[in-house]
Amino acid sequence: MIAIVDYGAGNLVSVKKALDWLGQECAITSDPGQVARATKVVLPGVGHFASTSALGRSGLQDAISNAMDRGIPFLGICVGMQWMFERSQESPETLGLGVLNGECERFPASVKSPHVGWNQIEVASSSRLLRDVPSSSFVYFTHSFRAPVSDTTVACCEYGGQFSAAVERDHLFGVQFHPEKSGETGLKILSNFCGL
Amino acid sequence: MLTKRIIACLDVDGGRVVKGVQFENLRDAGDPAELAKAHSASGADEIVLLDISAAHERRATLLDTVRRAARQLFIPFTVGGGIRTLEDAAAVFSAGADKISINSAALANPPLITGIAERFGSQAVVVAIDARRSEDRSHWEAFTHGGRGGTGRDAVAWAKEAESRGAGEILLTSMDRDGTGSGFDCELTRAVADSVRIPVIASGGAGGTGHFVEVFREGHADAALAASIFHYGFSRLVHLKQEIASQGIAVRWPC
Repeated sequence: MIAIVDYGAGNLVSVKKALDWLGQECAITSDPGQVARATKVVLPGVGHFASTSALGRSGLQDAISNAMDRGIPFLGICVGMQWMFERSQESPETLGLGVLNGECERFPASVKSPHVGWNQIEVASSSRLLRDVPSSSFVYFTHSFRAPVSDTTVACCEYGGQFSAAVERDHLFGVQFHPEKSGETGLKILSNFCGL
Repeated sequence: MLTKRIIACLDVDGGRVVKGVQFENLRDAGDPAELAKAHSASGADEIVLLDISAAHERRATLLDTVRRAARQLFIPFTVGGGIRTLEDAAAVFSAGADKISINSAALANPPLITGIAERFGSQAVVVAIDARRSEDRSHWEAFTHGGRGGTGRDAVAWAKEAESRGAGEILLTSMDRDGTGSGFDCELTRAVADSVRIPVIASGGAGGTGHFVEVFREGHADAALAASIFHYGFSRLVHLKQEIASQGIAVRWPC
């Protein structure tokens, strides 16, 4: 069973809908026990980085960390991906999980923010999450902060400079865009994750 | 490159699409779920479903319509019409919408924008503004209730306020151009787009490829919406996108 972690921020129906479409057994849950029993964990996220502080208070963060330590595949989406990093300029007092190095930052003033719409990604061929997703594929973004490009980046996007559209380290994956809203390309990516 | 979005709008009354759109191979061309799926397959970047039911009892079918349309839709899906409270919005999100669009209710009760944005994120809140040029042509006035109620409010100022209260996008309809097919109101669109940081979706007046190119280039629109987009001589939306792309504007193609 895939656990879609609900920490009280935003709308998780779209992610569930896409996993249902792919024939996956999944459940939206805020129960740390259910996260601990999951075969895969998805952490969606919309809204503010500070909202992730609810994960620590509710015991969900410990359940997710334990699952990661046991090698359970994890996918963070949007703010869920940003939370994998150490921190974000959006809420400096809120700590991320820190399984990836770096800090999420705001877009430069030279471009409109938020970054909303369909943009293209350049894909590293080594990525397991993005297997068979060609470079220049379009995916749907909506965000005001972004993760820098680093050695865990497996897809880059250009908007006021390059940033990480997808990150990957062992069984930990993160996407800044919304695969559940990115048409066939997004379904392919979710299907890759489900097949790990 | 971030592309300009082409958004297909479905006007729905009592669970049926009102402006009939001719699609081949559709079992039911009036069914919003079938049409949404067909638009998505043809290359629409986003779907907006507006419930224009005047009668309250006909609105009851909206949630069922949203649920059925959302099930097979994996591109952004906005729902508007008759959302007056946080609870109304929550029900529409639970049914599968990614964004809600509010218009009259936001003008009557601006804190509603903030309330929905705090719970569901700004990206989920589209504030729709119906604007008409004032008689002295000095500004544009925001209207409510599908253009029946004047507010005396300046549309540009209202857009800025909506942004500051937490709106994630502005859906801007020119009432002067709506239904005319004579092109988007580029002046209005530019006035709003240059005043806010959030994306502006131009609406009202689409009649041909050139109008889309114009509103992206001259109107500084981030997206353009058309109801019955297939009425304008484009057998497929892909042709529209190809033509726009051939004029040097980045669009999502091939999808």
